[in-house]
Amino acid sequence: MIEIVSDIALALLGVAVAITLVRLVRGPTAADRIVALDLLTLLGIALIAAFAFRAGISLYVEVAAGLCAVGFVSTLAFARYLIGSARP
Amino acid sequence: MTIAGSVFVLVGSVFCLLAAIGILRFPDALTRMHAVSKAGILGAGLVVVGAALASGDLAALVWAILGVAVLLVSGPVAAHLLARASLRSGNSRPAQLSIDEYARDR
Repeated sequence: MIEIVSDIALALLGVAVAITLVRLVRGPTAADRIVALDLLTLLGIALIAAFAFRAGISLYVEVAAGLCAVGFVSTLAFARYLIGSARP
Repeated sequence: MTIAGSVFVLVGSVFCLLAAIGILRFPDALTRMHAVSKAGILGAGLVVVGAALASGDLAALVWAILGVAVLLVSGPVAAHLLARASLRSGNSRPAQLSIDEYARDR
């Protein structure tokens, strides 16, 4: 059962990554691209966890938890860059 | 535990896909941020907790709950800062907003 469920989950997450890449390429403003990168980090966390679910290796769950802890730092850095680029 | 973990992983994947559809279909950077910071965080957190539940390892479950807690705390902070940055840098159009509370601070 784990194989079927993880196949479905990995397929859904792959489609989500493809759609997010479309927005990352098309996104008219820099804020749209930063939002797409934020979602890509979250999808990477979910992909690592889904692979841990499929392989039965619980060590990968800790990898995903670590990525949860540091994933938002990039969003903060991009937001600071966006504020800084607005000033003359 | 395997069944519960499978349900969590499936529901979380569906929420991740909904976040991606939202980021593609919504018209504005602020509304796209709305899809990412709610559906995306909920979906990723559900998948992580589901994988930890299915592994049956208590240490992995503790790690997963810690990671999801950090995600739930840091997500709104990052979304708020990004929304403020996109408003102040002029990347989102205030003409679409019916209430613009930031107008006097800008």
